[in-house]
Amino acid sequence: MSLQSPLGRVLGLGSAKDGTGHWWAQRVSAVALVPLTLWFMFSLLALPALDYATVRAWLSFPLSGFLALLLVAVLTYHSYLGTTEVIEDYVHSAGMKVLSLLLLRFVHVLVGGASIFAIMRVAFGS
Amino acid sequence: MPARARPTSPHLGIYRWQIGNSLSILHRLTGVALGLGLLALCYWLVSLAGGEQSYAAAAKVFASPPGLAALVGWTFAFMYHLLNGVRHLLWDAGYGFERMPRHVSGWFAVLGSIAVTLCIWGLIWAGHRS
Repeated sequence: MSLQSPLGRVLGLGSAKDGTGHWWAQRVSAVALVPLTLWFMFSLLALPALDYATVRAWLSFPLSGFLALLLVAVLTYHSYLGTTEVIEDYVHSAGMKVLSLLLLRFVHVLVGGASIFAIMRVAFGS
Repeated sequence: MPARARPTSPHLGIYRWQIGNSLSILHRLTGVALGLGLLALCYWLVSLAGGEQSYAAAAKVFASPPGLAALVGWTFAFMYHLLNGVRHLLWDAGYGFERMPRHVSGWFAVLGSIAVTLCIWGLIWAGHRS
């Protein structure tokens, strides 16, 4: 029997350890991804071809580069939140759980960082 | 540790398969598939930044039969995750819990994502031929 108030549990120390933070971040990033992903999809479909020169010219345009950067950042974050939840639900042994969560986190930072760096290289022409 | 094992979530084994839980599971599956797609997107962007040769190499991978199959799969996974995700957001806002809207929106997400996937790849195929 805990003397902690229900509010205290929800605010950070319930069984999820972070209250509604994870859940809310997932919804916020989901809402942001609706316009960003649709923009990306329609932009690619609207290009006359997907050859090197065309795609590079498109991504060099400041607005495209900026939106692509936002897309990749939010996408990576949303993917990190979602796949973390899957691991937390299905990997039961404590050691494997910590290991796979750590791996998941590193992979997402790596993928997000590499994608953002690539977009910046195209945008700044190096 | 609790004296007896507490129920854990999600316990898939006890449910009868129906549209509600099937689509929920499909949402997770497509989400994980899209997580893998993120690696492909990253590879494509890095190849673009790397120059004409690396981009051509990546384009060749994506244009190969397994590459194309993956792209079609990711298109469906994305469209489904998007449509069903909006469904989830509407539930979070408190709408669409009744049986009718739940089922109609579920089928809309499934059939809509299949239809959009076919449209997109039909357009690409038609554009490729002309």
